Amino acid sequence: MYSAILDAPIDVTQLLERVNNTRNGATVLFLGIVRDVNDGRDVTGIEYTAYRSMAERELATIIEEAAAIADTNDVAVEHRLGELGIGDCSVAVAVGHPHRGRAFDAARYVIEQLKKRVPIWKREQYLDGTREWVRATSTELVDAGGER
Amino acid sequence: MNVTVLLFASYADAIGRSELELDVETGATVSDVIEQVRALGEAGRLPPAPMVAVNEQYASRDRELRAGDEVALIPPVAGG
Repeated sequence: MYSAILDAPIDVTQLLERVNNTRNGATVLFLGIVRDVNDGRDVTGIEYTAYRSMAERELATIIEEAAAIADTNDVAVEHRLGELGIGDCSVAVAVGHPHRGRAFDAARYVIEQLKKRVPIWKREQYLDGTREWVRATSTELVDAGGER
Repeated sequence: MNVTVLLFASYADAIGRSELELDVETGATVSDVIEQVRALGEAGRLPPAPMVAVNEQYASRDRELRAGDEVALIPPVAGG
């Protein structure tokens, strides 16, 4: 299990290495990417900030929960902070498991819980020069592990 | 007794600071701290019931504080 908050670009290959295991028949990789439009407004970049020490602690807790749910230790997540441009990767989740079902479940659990619980905020920069804090991005569609 | 208050993102903008020391009465709760912090900013810019963490763990508003506690007011999180 591995989790980290980074200021540098996420190295996806290295993250995949962390969940590599000859017992695994499936690896699921989720990448969160900065896109160029949100709520109909043209976005030129996003600044991510965090309550860093708590974010690290909360991320570590989430991957422990995901590992318990999916019965695998091969869970890794990284979230990047700072100024990101369109197309940059802000978050990466990798899960390895003998079978794909549990790997998908665990990856989904990590990203959904991250969006609900980890104290990270983003400020969008718009084409018209203005900036705004994004209110909340958690979706309630799927909650593989139930509420806390 | 003193507690440290941390503010982030839109809440830091609302109050104009990201960290402050507050002198609160012994037995003060998270609610008391929220009230004091809200009084520092323009009315309404900080919600009456924000999410709160005490010493890096989510806490309820009736949580009783101890000297030296770190109380963080957490705006709606938006990671990912």
